[in-house]
Amino acid sequence: MILHPSIIALFVSSILISVLLLYSSYYGVVIVRKWDIRSGSEQQLELERRTYLIATILTNVFAFQLISLFLYVYTADSLHDLFTGAMCPAGTFNVNGYGYPTLLLKIFNFLAAGMWLILNYADTRAYDYPLTKSKYRLLIVLTPFIVAETFLQGKFFLGLKADIITSCCGSLFSAGSGGVASELASVPSIPGKIAFYTIITLTFASGAYFYMRGRLGCLFAGLCGLSFITSIISVISFFSLYYYELPSHHCPFDILQSGYRYVGYPLYIALFTGTVAGMGVGILMPFRNISSLREQVPSIQRRFVVIALAGFLVFVIMVTQRMIFSDFKLEGY
Amino acid sequence: MIELRGIEKVFNAGKPNEFRAVEGVNLSVEVGMITVIKGPSGSGKTTLLGIIGCMARPTSGRIYLSGRLTQVLPFAVEEASAEVTSLPEKFLTDIRRRGFGFIFQQFNLIKGITVLENVMLPAYPEGEDFHSLSARAEGLLQAFNLSGKVSSRVEWLSGGEAQRVAIARALINNPAVVIADEPTAHLDTKLSGEFMAIMAQLRDKGETVIIASHDPIVYDAPIVDRVVEMRDGRIGAERRTK
Amino acid sequence: MKWIEKQRNIIDFTLSSLLRRKTKNIALVFVYTVIVFVLASVVFFSHSIKKEASIILQGSPEIIVQRLSAGMHALIPEEYVSGIAKIRGVTSVTGRLWGYYYEPTARANFTLLSPEEQPGEGNIMAGEGVLRVLHASPGDILSLTSYKGEQVSLRVKGSLPTSSSLVSADLILISEGDFRNIFGFSKGLFTDLALRVRNPRERVTIAKKIKELYPDARPIIRDEILRTYDSVFNWRSGLLLMVMTGAILAFIIFAWDKATGLSAEERREIGILKAVGWETSDILLMKFWEGASMSLSSFLGGVILAYFHVFFTSSALFAPVLKGWSVLYPEFRLTPFIDVGGVMTLFFLTVLPYTVATIIPSWRAAIVDPDSVMR
Repeated sequence: MILHPSIIALFVSSILISVLLLYSSYYGVVIVRKWDIRSGSEQQLELERRTYLIATILTNVFAFQLISLFLYVYTADSLHDLFTGAMCPAGTFNVNGYGYPTLLLKIFNFLAAGMWLILNYADTRAYDYPLTKSKYRLLIVLTPFIVAETFLQGKFFLGLKADIITSCCGSLFSAGSGGVASELASVPSIPGKIAFYTIITLTFASGAYFYMRGRLGCLFAGLCGLSFITSIISVISFFSLYYYELPSHHCPFDILQSGYRYVGYPLYIALFTGTVAGMGVGILMPFRNISSLREQVPSIQRRFVVIALAGFLVFVIMVTQRMIFSDFKLEGY
Repeated sequence: MIELRGIEKVFNAGKPNEFRAVEGVNLSVEVGMITVIKGPSGSGKTTLLGIIGCMARPTSGRIYLSGRLTQVLPFAVEEASAEVTSLPEKFLTDIRRRGFGFIFQQFNLIKGITVLENVMLPAYPEGEDFHSLSARAEGLLQAFNLSGKVSSRVEWLSGGEAQRVAIARALINNPAVVIADEPTAHLDTKLSGEFMAIMAQLRDKGETVIIASHDPIVYDAPIVDRVVEMRDGRIGAERRTK
Repeated sequence: MKWIEKQRNIIDFTLSSLLRRKTKNIALVFVYTVIVFVLASVVFFSHSIKKEASIILQGSPEIIVQRLSAGMHALIPEEYVSGIAKIRGVTSVTGRLWGYYYEPTARANFTLLSPEEQPGEGNIMAGEGVLRVLHASPGDILSLTSYKGEQVSLRVKGSLPTSSSLVSADLILISEGDFRNIFGFSKGLFTDLALRVRNPRERVTIAKKIKELYPDARPIIRDEILRTYDSVFNWRSGLLLMVMTGAILAFIIFAWDKATGLSAEERREIGILKAVGWETSDILLMKFWEGASMSLSSFLGGVILAYFHVFFTSSALFAPVLKGWSVLYPEFRLTPFIDVGGVMTLFFLTVLPYTVATIIPSWRAAIVDPDSVMR
C-alpha cells in the first residue's frame, strides 16, 4: 500500500465516522423500539438526552463527509503520477474497481447526511418530536452505506500499487472509446447545454411556484436531484473544457487544483448546497400534515427553497460566466 | 395559572432503591398570590418546585398552564389552558426561561464574572441584542440599589447584595412566576425580612410568587396569601389569609 | 438576526469561561499546537520536496538507456548510439559521462560529470559542498587521483550556483578528456545514453523497441524515476506519521481526559446555566465553541510555526534524521508551498480526532439536570 499522509488521514476519518454511526445506530434501534414522547419515565428522559448526542454526531459527520470527499479527490490527484497513463485523479480512480464506487458513495453519504439533518431540524421545531422514529429508522438504513464506503475506500487504497497501467483521462473521457465515463463526455455540447439550461430553468420555475403556492414540492425536489446530475454531466462534457481551454480534457476533478485557483471548490460547494437544500424540501413533504408540524414545515421548506435556488444560481452564474468570457470556443469545429 | 393533577415523581423505578419523591399531588397555583409550600427537608418540596417550574418532568400526572403563561408557549392555544406535561426538554426550557424566574437557596451566582453578566445570563439564549440587554440588566440592578456594584465580582458582595443580585437575575426575562427554594436558609433575620418585603413588592406588581420553606419567618409572614403543607411527598392542609 | 446574537452571547461566555480556567486550557493548547506543528512540518516538508524533485527532474532526459552485464550496471558502447538513433520517434541520442569519485581526505563522494557545455581542458566547476569539504575556492588548484594512481591537477574555474545546491552540492563538472583520464574510460564508451523523444506518448513504445534491439540495455523512462522518488517520499513521510501515532494517541487521551474530568466548579456552573434557562443544545453550543476556539488557535499556531520551521529554518529540527551519514548535506531553502489538500490532511489527522474524542464528554457535561443545583 502507498503510505501517503492523505491516505492515512482518510483511513482515520472514515473509520472514526463509521464507528460514530454504528454507535448512533445502536441507540437508534433502542429509540425506534422504546420511544414514547408522552411518557415521563426515566428511560424516556434518558432517550431524549441521547438524541442530543446523536444529532451532534450527525452534524459533525456531515461536515467531515464533505471534507473527506474533497480530500479523496485531492489524494487521487497527488497519486496520479505513480500510475502510468494516469494524467489526473480520474486515472487514479480507474486503477482498480473500487475507486469510482467509493467516490459515488461519498457523494451519496454526504447528501444523505444532509437529508437527515434537515429532517432532524424540522422534527425538533415541533413540540412533540413527531418524526423521531422515522428519523432513526433512516439513520439505521444510512449506517451500512457509511460502513460500506469505509470498506470500499480501504479496498481501493490497499489495492493501489505504483506503476500499474491505467487509462488516463484523455482516453478515458474522450469520445469513442467504450465505458461509462466516455459516454458522459460524448454528450454533444449544444444539445447538452440546451438540456442543462432547460432543466435548471424548470427547477427555478418550480421553486418559485412552490414558494408562492406551497404545492408540488416533490416535483421541485426531484428537479433539484435531476439538476445535480445534469450539472455534473455538463461539467464533464463541456463546462470543464472552458476552464482548461483544451478540447479533450474532460476531467471534472482538475478544477479543484491550485492551478485553476481552486475554482472547483466554490463551484461544487454551491452545487451541493443547492442539491441538499432542494432535496430537503422533498423529504419534508410527507410530513406536512402532521398537526404539530403544520405551521412550521411550510416556512422551513420556503427557507430551503431560497437556499437551494441560491446555490444553483451561484453555480449557473459561475459556469456561464466562464463559458462566455473564456477565449476558448467549443462550437465551430 | 398553574394546575397540577395527579403528579408523581419516582426515582429509580423498579429498582430496590425506588424512591417516591412526590405522590398524588393536586395543586392549583393562583395568579398574583404569594404561595408558600411548607414542609421539612425530605418532604419533596424541592422536587415539586422543580415540576411546577417546568424544570423537571413528572413520572405521571398532568400540568396545565393558563393566563399570562400561555404567551410563552411554543404553540397557539385555543382554550384557556394548555397541557405541557410531555413537552420535550427544548420547549419546556423555553417556557421556563421566559415564564419563570428562579431564586436558589445558595443564590448560585457564577464566580469569576461580574454582577452584570450574572444578571444577563438567563437572557443569552434569547438572542437579544447585547446592548439593549445590558441596559435592561442595569436598570434592574438600579431598582435594587446595586448600581455601584455593576462591574464587581460576585465574590466581593455582601450577603444582602448577593441576595438582591439573585432576585434581579430571576427577573431579567420578565417572568410571570417567581419561584424561590428555601431562600432564607442562609440569611439572618434582618435579611430574611428584607427578602419577604421584596417578594411583597413583586406580588403587588402582578407577579405570582411561590416559595418553598420550613422557616417560620417565611410561612408566618403576614404578606403570605396561602400556605400549603407538604409531607412525605404529599400535599396536606392549607391555610389562606384573605 | 437573533441567531447571530445568540451565538455572539454564547461565544462571549465561552471565552470568558476559558480564560477563567487558564492552566488547564493552556496546557491543552500547548500540546495540541505541538502535535499540529510536528505533523504539519512532516507534511509541508514532504510535499515541497516532492515538488522540488519533480521540478528538477523535468530537466532530466526523457529516456535514459543503461547497459547491464551480469545484472550490474556496465559501460555502454558507441554502436548503441547509432542503432538507437535509427528508431522512429527518437530525436536525439547523446552519450553521457558521469561517475562517483571518493575523496579520502574528506571522506566524501563526489559526482563527476562531463556536461554539454565543457569547462575546458584542465578546468572544473565545483558545487559548494565540494569546495566546503576541500576548503577550496574558485581559482585554487585541486588534485584528483586517477584510476592508475596518478595525480591530475585541475583548476577550479568557478562554483555552481547556491540555488541549485540541492542537486549540485557534490557535483564537479569536468572536461571529457580529464574525465576519461581519471576513470579510464576508453573513447567510445559512455556511462549511459540520454534520449529525446518527439512524442511523449511514444516513450513506452520506444523503450520496448530499444530492449528488442539490445537485450542487455535497460531503458528508464523519466516518469518512472519521478514515480519512484514520489513513492519513496510518500513512504518516508507516511512512516513518520505512523511513528507519530503514539504521540497523537496520547494527545487524544489527554484531550478526552480533560473533557471528561469536569471539575466540581465547572459542573456547578453548567448546572446553574441550565437552571436559569439554558437548554442542553445551548450548552452543547458552548462546548462546541470551546472546542472550536482551542482547535482553531492550536491549528493555526501549529501550521504557522511549521511553515517557518520548514521554509525558513530548513527543517532545523529534522536535520539529524534527514542528514544521516551524508557529509555533503546541501544548504538549501525549499520553496514555500502549501496547498489546500495538505491543510485538509492535517485537519483530519488532528482536529477530527480531537473533536471525536470530545463529543461524548461534552454531551455528558451538557445533560446535567437543571434541578441538580437545587439539591
